[in-house]
Parts: sequence; C-alpha cells; structure tokens
Amino acid sequence: MTSTPGLPDAYRLTGTSSFVEFMSALHPERLRVAAAEGQSSGHLAPHGTTIVALRTAGGVVMAGDRRATMGNLIAQHDIEKVFVADEHSVIGIAGTAGLAVELVRLFQVELEHYEKIEGMPLSLDGKANRLASMLRGNLGLAIQGLAVVPLFAGFDLARQAGRIFSYDVTGGRYEEHDFYAVGSGSTFARGSLKKLFRRGASADDGVQAALEALYDAADDDSATGGPDMNRGIYPVVAVADAEGARILDDAEVGARVQAMMAGRAVHPDGPRASVEDDA
Amino acid sequence: MSVPFYVSPEQIMRDKADFARKGIARGRSVVVMQYEGGIVFVAENPSRALHKISELYDRIGFAAVGKYNEFESLRVAGVRLADMRGYSYDRTDVTGRSLANAYAQTLGTIFTETSKPFEVEIVVAEVGVEPADDQLYRLMFDGSVADERGYVAMGGSADPISAGLAEAWHEGLSLEECVRIAVRLLGEHGDEHPRELTATQLEVAVLDRARPRRTFQRLSNGRLSELLG
Repeated sequence: MTSTPGLPDAYRLTGTSSFVEFMSALHPERLRVAAAEGQSSGHLAPHGTTIVALRTAGGVVMAGDRRATMGNLIAQHDIEKVFVADEHSVIGIAGTAGLAVELVRLFQVELEHYEKIEGMPLSLDGKANRLASMLRGNLGLAIQGLAVVPLFAGFDLARQAGRIFSYDVTGGRYEEHDFYAVGSGSTFARGSLKKLFRRGASADDGVQAALEALYDAADDDSATGGPDMNRGIYPVVAVADAEGARILDDAEVGARVQAMMAGRAVHPDGPRASVEDDA
Repeated sequence: MSVPFYVSPEQIMRDKADFARKGIARGRSVVVMQYEGGIVFVAENPSRALHKISELYDRIGFAAVGKYNEFESLRVAGVRLADMRGYSYDRTDVTGRSLANAYAQTLGTIFTETSKPFEVEIVVAEVGVEPADDQLYRLMFDGSVADERGYVAMGGSADPISAGLAEAWHEGLSLEECVRIAVRLLGEHGDEHPRELTATQLEVAVLDRARPRRTFQRLSNGRLSELLG
C-alpha cells in the first residue's frame, strides 16, 4: 500500500484497461504465487474435481460437484467450483483448489474492471482470451503439479447464443460446440453427456442432463462427489442466457436431485438412450 | 537581467482558484440526490459515450463536472484504487470515505504543486444499507471536501440549482420525484432561457440500495422517458 492516502500518479495515466496488467506493473507482489523450484507439489494441496457444461436452446448450463480431494482423503465436502464470472458468463474450475479459486476471483475483477474503465463489457471472445492469457501465467506452477483447468461458458450477446470454451494448462483455448467436461471425472461425465445431450434442448432438460452426468462421474470416479442427501449438499448449477448469468438456488437443485435419485432407485445407471436414431 | 516580479502566495492561490472556478462554471451541471431506494445522479449530457457519471465500486458512484480529460483520469484512478483494495483485502473494505480521501489528497497536491490546477468538481457517493448510512462527498478543485446531506449540485449553475434543491428535496422522495425535480432545475438554470430537457439530453444513473453486489445502474432512455412522463 502506498504511504500517502492519495492516488499515485501512475494510477491516473491512461494505459491498460486490464486489472491484471495494472497489478503486474504496479503491485506485482500482490499477484505472485511463490513456487518451489523443480519440485512436484501437487500432493500438498486439495484438488477440485468434475465440472460439466452444455449448450441449451437459450444459452448454457454449467454444473460442478462439491468434492475436493487430497490424495486418498476428501479435503472438503462442500467446495464451490462453479461461479458467475460476470453479468452474462460463468466459470467452473478443476485442479488445485487454492489457485483455482484465486484465479476465478482475479478473473471476476478483471472483467468488472474492464467494464468500468471502458464503460462497456468485453465481448465473450475477449473474455475467453483474457482467461487464456491469465492461465498462461500459471504454466510454471502447472508443471510442478499445481495445474488449474477452467471451463468457461456464457451467453454471447452478439450471436444471441450460448458458447463454451475449454482450456489446457498452457492457456490453449478451444471452443466446444455442444458440451464438455473437465476434471478427474470428466471422462465419465462426457460419456454420459454424449448420450443425454440433445441440440436445442430446454434449460430444464439441460440442467437435468448436467446432474445426471455428474452422478455418472461420481459413480465411477472416487474423486467426484455425488449428491449428499443427508447433508443437503447438491451440485452447484449455473445458467447463462439472454437474461443473464445466475446460480440456481439450493432448493431448486435439491428438488431436481431428489427426482433424479428416485429415478435411479429404479434404474441405477440412469436414463437410457435409445439405440435408434431419435431424430 | 530583469528582476522577476514578486507575487504573494495569496495572490497565486487566488488566481489559481479563479481560474479553476471559471473553467468549472463553463460546463453543464450535475445533480446528485438521495431518494428512498438509493442515490440518483442526473447530468445534462448529450453524449452517449463520454460519461460524467460512473461506477467506482459495488456501492460507490462517481459524478464530475469540468474538464473531461482531467476528471476521466481521476475516475480511472479511482476504479483502479477500488479494485486493487477490494482484490487485496475484501470487497467490503472499499469505502466511499477512503476514495473521497484519496481524491482530496490528489486534488490538493495538484492544486498547490502544479501551475495549472484541475478544473473539476467531483462527487463520490456511497449507498448504505439504510438511508441514514448514505454518504455524499463533494470534492472541490483544491482538494477541499464537504460531507453533504441529501443532495449536491455542481457545475455552471450550481448555486441556483442548490437553492432549488433546498426547497424541493426532503427525505423519502421517490426516484420519479427526484428525477423530475433534478431535470426541472437543470432545465431552468442551464441556459439563458429555461428549456425542457428530454431523455436524450440526459445521463441518469442510480445506486440502487436493494440490488445485490453491484448497485450501480444506468437508466435507459426508455426508462427515463417513462419517469419523466
């Protein structure tokens, strides 16, 4: 912090509209994560697990389970890994929990900061690219086993459609056309979504498919947590559409999870996709 | 070699203050008022892009009159300070008081240490949980701060508008009532002859007490026309 309560001259210079660039130039110590050279430190910190996202007729749905693991231990039962990034976008994160949550916090400020300085929000592509370059800054840590893998989705106001972006640890950015999943249970979740996803489905059906996919992931991946009916811990579900981005409230998700569990009591493997072409 | 004229410090300060005052008086006015649901900013500003009113943080807004490039640089600096603090500590640790303080120090330093003072006047407003917690800070070109209650008018016709507000404003006014009062006074005093201001000539925004997190919202032309009736 500066010693005088006034505004340092550098704050008033025209320059970047990016909060990350501003902080890197003037307060780098506040962004830095100390790294131990050459050691793998992945086992030292909790990891977040599975996130799924899919497109619907009106936008996108994203959902994440609530478990964080540390080796064979469950580090947290109710971690939140899906967040509203700004008015029209959502972000979910898998990987080293501490860094991931911090990345989301920084990303949220980055988007809001740009919007306030420029007087208008970034385009959805602009947001996706900013996230990519922020991830690139984390590459050193990723190599040491502290990787963060986000999944970004939002409603593109220019195209009037939902879009999903996936990333790799080097900051590679890939647009996904229908659905995607990241994290330890993503293989199972993607397999599940492959069977349940329908183009142009309603938001309700999209939420249902996301919950089923997370259940299937938890069924086969020990690091992904299933719904905890006794404690009332359900997946975090976010929706982004023309009206904006929001997290669905627990009561709503809880009711849907209970309906799903009732269905699973009859068909433990969940809804069945037809082998016929249903188009 | 010629001997430079001696000019007393009082004279220098007076000249600078006159210079700044004249610059500010040339511009259109801005009104900031408390209403029952928050704080409303009303500016006469035909530009859609060059704002006089903007968001600093979740519950804090900014309004300015005077030279655009000067208050714009202060606005950007305020957004940076607020976001830096909010990110480093917590969102609740960013306060209107600390921002007003930072602006006061900065304007004061510029006024005394540079030959050309800033020709700006600023309001930093923070909406509280209850109307009693609302804060309005008015900052002058020389760094002096006033903690206002209820309403503030700045710019070319600040004095007659303030007099009008003193009569018309009272606690518990609705948004509609406040906007109408502000627009009427801006129209009466902005020019030689009273005018009727329409939505397209106005920039209006609110800090809406009831909104979660980011309370700042601009009112669209449609909504504004509705309020003006």
